[in-house]
Amino acid sequence: MTGPTTGLATTAFLPPAGDGVDSIGLAESVHGVRVLLGRSLRHVTRSPDTIVTTALMPVAMLLLFVYVFGSAIQAGADTGAYVDYLLPGILLITVVSGISYTAFRLFLDVQRGIVERTWTFPVPRSAILWAHVLTSLVANAISLVLVVGVALLMGFRSGAGPLEWLAVVGLLALFTLALTWLAVIPGLTASTPDGASGFAYPLLLLPFLSSAFVPTDTMPGPVAAFAEHQPVTSLADAIRGLLAGTPVGDQAWTALAWCSGLLVVALVLALRVYRRRLG
Amino acid sequence: MTTTHHPTPALEVRGLARSFGENRVLDGVDLTVRRGSVHALLGSNGAGKTTLVRILATLLQPDAGTALVEGFDVVERPVAVRRTISLTGQFAAVDEILTGRENLELVARLRRERDARGVATAMLERFDLVDAADRAASTYSGGMRRRLDIAMSLIGDPAVLFLDEPTTGLDPQARQEVWRTVQQLAADGTTVLLTTQYLEEAERLADRISILHGGRIIVEGSLADLRALLPPAQVEYIERQPSLEDVFLAVVGGRTALTSQESR
Repeated sequence: MTGPTTGLATTAFLPPAGDGVDSIGLAESVHGVRVLLGRSLRHVTRSPDTIVTTALMPVAMLLLFVYVFGSAIQAGADTGAYVDYLLPGILLITVVSGISYTAFRLFLDVQRGIVERTWTFPVPRSAILWAHVLTSLVANAISLVLVVGVALLMGFRSGAGPLEWLAVVGLLALFTLALTWLAVIPGLTASTPDGASGFAYPLLLLPFLSSAFVPTDTMPGPVAAFAEHQPVTSLADAIRGLLAGTPVGDQAWTALAWCSGLLVVALVLALRVYRRRLG
Repeated sequence: MTTTHHPTPALEVRGLARSFGENRVLDGVDLTVRRGSVHALLGSNGAGKTTLVRILATLLQPDAGTALVEGFDVVERPVAVRRTISLTGQFAAVDEILTGRENLELVARLRRERDARGVATAMLERFDLVDAADRAASTYSGGMRRRLDIAMSLIGDPAVLFLDEPTTGLDPQARQEVWRTVQQLAADGTTVLLTTQYLEEAERLADRISILHGGRIIVEGSLADLRALLPPAQVEYIERQPSLEDVFLAVVGGRTALTSQESR
């Protein structure tokens, strides 16, 4: 990852003339991002709708799948409670539904001229974008903690040590970051609020066509083939393995590769779209 | 800001051009704005007023020509320009979820004011928003929102303030509020470049008026100068001063309909 002063912030400007008037220093950049981050975090806490959907929707799915469908779903024989099997997939769904609000919040800032207004301040032009991305990370982290908390109440238990937990947090953070940069693109380009947040709906289907709810070997051929070769399956399997304290093997590396690849592509595209908006 | 005359003009624009595709919106604009003056940029819808302001505010690159803001070239020294100016865009860019006070504090922090809270309080008082300070900006009337918007723009004492159609879409009462605000700014010595399509607004507020038409400034001067441009009446039956509207229509060829607000 690059810092807030690189990328757009510096490429948009000519080299500084030396007296400090012409450049935005690192401290100033960090300060700008921090102020704008505080602002968009306040949006998150003041908009109950976003909290309800990002945290409670996955919790509801967790309850539904465990207590309503759970007994009918034969998960792998080696897993104990179905909640242990299900949780990784629910965590990924939490992130997917969370990032649609990132797109929505960014869209509103573009439409209402807030993004452009920040461009006339002595902060990097990308500061507002970084603020939204960091807000997405923080908001999703809160939702994920809530979901894990509920799962614990429902009997979820993990044999994972600190290193495994760290790996789980790392994978989820990377997944969130990659999807957040993906969400920046509709956030910048959409012409309606629905268009901005609607891009996440197809993504919400991915966990259902993966090993998140049921093992892929129960699926018909073509579906199983798709499920076994998409990022959510490797992520869900890797996180499940880490939480269970069992060896995860290649799944973790595959998941890492998927997320990193997606992150790079989304970041490059998002910054290109953003730069084009700079006139 | 001081009101004393300074040799460097606040704005100096030479041969500025900008096209959007085939559409040559600005076609060699020349404009000089004295420090501490209120300068109205008058033009019909689509004349390029916003494009010019966006270039001056470093939001848009010109295709040709130069523009200096307080002596800083907008292309070569955009950050320096941004430290000097403030822009109030056509649509009030206030954060609706935040309160009026929070909006002001946000800008104060972005402008690195040491006492953000104190600055916000002072602005709330100055712009008569104390009672609404802790309400979300989404509950504000159009006039209040504009006042908040302008208050946000004034934090950090910008030397030059761009007001892009500050009263478009406002009801007459809110328009009066904004006019009083601008008159106050002028008294404080802030340089204001005001774009408007309302002739009355320019007559009322501006020391100097430039008319942007066909991508160029076709007339520039004080209201008196502009009035003097009209040929001294052929045969007038009714004794009256030519209004700015008469001047405008005469210089642009009379075919552009401007939205003239109810005459005062």
